[in-house]
Amino acid sequence: MVQLLTVDGDFIESKEHSVYGELVRQLREADFLKFYRDMARIRRFDEEATALQRQGQMGLWVSAIGQEGAQIGSGYGVGPNDHIFPSYREHGVAITHGVDLMSIIKTFRGVNHGGWNPKENRFHLYAIVLGTQTLHATGYAMGINFEGLVGTGDPEKDLAVITYFGDGSTAEGDVSESLLFAAINNTPQVFFCQNNQWAISSPVGTQTKVPLFKRGEGFGVPGIRVDGNDVLACYAVTKKHMDDARSGKGPSLIEALTYRIGSHTTSDDPSKYRDPAEVAEWAAKDPIIRFERFLRKQGIGQDFFDEVKIAGDELAADLREKTFAMTEPPMELMFDHVYSEPHPLIDEQKAWLQAYEESLGGHTSINNGEETPKYGGTH
Amino acid sequence: MSNFVELSIAKAINAGIRKSMENNSKVLVFGQDIAQLGGVFRVTEGLLDEFGSRRVFNSPIAESGIVGTAIGLAMRGFRPVAEIQFDGFVYPAFNQIVTQLAKLTNRSEGFFEMPVVIRVPYGGGIGAVEHHSESPEAYFAHTPGLRVVSPSNANDAYWMIQQAIESRDPVMFFEPKRRYWQKGQVDLDQAPMSLHSAATVRQGSDVTIATYGPMVVTALQAAQNAAAEGINIEVIDIRSMSPIDFGPIVESVKRTGRLIVAHEASTFVSISSEIAAKIAELCFYHLEAPVIRVGGFDVPYPAAKLEELFLPDADRLMEAVDRVLAY
Repeated sequence: MVQLLTVDGDFIESKEHSVYGELVRQLREADFLKFYRDMARIRRFDEEATALQRQGQMGLWVSAIGQEGAQIGSGYGVGPNDHIFPSYREHGVAITHGVDLMSIIKTFRGVNHGGWNPKENRFHLYAIVLGTQTLHATGYAMGINFEGLVGTGDPEKDLAVITYFGDGSTAEGDVSESLLFAAINNTPQVFFCQNNQWAISSPVGTQTKVPLFKRGEGFGVPGIRVDGNDVLACYAVTKKHMDDARSGKGPSLIEALTYRIGSHTTSDDPSKYRDPAEVAEWAAKDPIIRFERFLRKQGIGQDFFDEVKIAGDELAADLREKTFAMTEPPMELMFDHVYSEPHPLIDEQKAWLQAYEESLGGHTSINNGEETPKYGGTH
Repeated sequence: MSNFVELSIAKAINAGIRKSMENNSKVLVFGQDIAQLGGVFRVTEGLLDEFGSRRVFNSPIAESGIVGTAIGLAMRGFRPVAEIQFDGFVYPAFNQIVTQLAKLTNRSEGFFEMPVVIRVPYGGGIGAVEHHSESPEAYFAHTPGLRVVSPSNANDAYWMIQQAIESRDPVMFFEPKRRYWQKGQVDLDQAPMSLHSAATVRQGSDVTIATYGPMVVTALQAAQNAAAEGINIEVIDIRSMSPIDFGPIVESVKRTGRLIVAHEASTFVSISSEIAAKIAELCFYHLEAPVIRVGGFDVPYPAAKLEELFLPDADRLMEAVDRVLAY
């Protein structure tokens, strides 16, 4: 397992992993501070989103607490032009590629399915059906291959793709098929498996007999395991493998060994199936605390941590304010873009609902664009 | 000026794909055994030689992978034309088709179009083993976001495959496999109509038979038999099962007052169920008889020696004609 930081925050000089250590040495203090800020930011976001769900502002919340090191580290290891195909718990990766956090709130509130432009962010929409996104990533990477945008040596041109999935998803056939398609097409692609050790109530042993980083070997996709609670190791390993993919060395699999500190979702109750001692053991390996120790040893003062704390409070207040101010989605959202070309049945049903709503005295958003009363307005 | 050639349906689809590939370098063709072999029905024969292995390539035997990677390729701007080898093998890809391909344009609020064509040889009548004779079109017609079509003749095959490839939406393209070798005149210059239009292929005044794919020929046979008995049958080739072009059916039923809807698929919750319901709604005061459905029985597609009993033929259509005329 690649580990570059001890739990106490000491940098590990390792010959075996020197290639990764070297990538960390190229980072500047500003990069370290950015990593910390974003990990703390996404932790605070997660806590606030959980509170908002408990207040009835969201149907569901999916916590990523404990996985910030894997997500922020790997997210920054992905090149600015690369494409990311996430599952649904990748809030940390999302912010490394400019996705507005309110978009994620909207997704779980039920306003829309994300709403961001995946072409612009290069961070694709959340995939809810496990493993489906891994095949989209592989197809996308095949396309990059066909366009010859691999191994040209021009950093402006070369592209790679990364797909995120969990230990539970590895059992899905789609993940196996995408490993196979990736291998035979030598796609510029990294498979990033966050092994948080629990798929709802099923421990990872339910999904696999072999360590997950070995899952790709039989398909021809080499794998490596990284300490998922070590943000620097996750950054370096991802960067190295994405660079390799971009240069034409083909696909690889990274297993980030981490832990789901929270529940699967706010509907879950881990106390029914998990030993609190196990949770406590992993909480002691918290990626943010570990990195804070590292930064303090680098001479980063309390002022910085105070500043991050204040930024977190501001973020939380902002999230609350924006969530409370959210309007209902426009009615058109249901009908528009079912097809890209006109479709008579959809057009007919949209017109019917509009007329029906109007007959009830409700003003629909078909014409005025903004607020839509949920059940026919004031009547 | 029209420029006609005689082609089988299989050759017409081949020629149509070739034309699309010439017109648009983003068109890719893949599936199991579609490259050197040209597919088990030879529909893609010769395309590898003409367009090379970057655009025409064999896929692993993994249908979900074929469709899932087609989606990724479409996201990258390609226009994949993927072949599923047989109707009964489409189900491993069902999840990718229904939860992803059909929904991604809507999920992304239009940021992604999904110009993917999935070709599926379908239907029975070739004496095949299990899973090689099915008609799964209703599963896909039931799914919002997909378009579902089937040509019944060579001219339509040539043009509809090109229109499907040009479509910005995903198209399930069902090819009537027992009619692959049926020849017909293909107009190389002029498309007969748009992809989702229904066509009246025989004029008549007593009974309307609406059908599609392999059973259009069957309906025309029945109409010929009926003519000998002095019954004048109108035949409509629906061509598109999603969306359905109800205009010509409604117009016809308003004249004949009697409608039979036929297909090979089992009738329970089928394309004919939808048409029967809709025509009852749209033509209530014009109907002289209930809409009668003629299809496969609601059993698994039987062993080959029983398929003649399973599949509706011209006689079964005639029996239905007698029934609607008895009202």
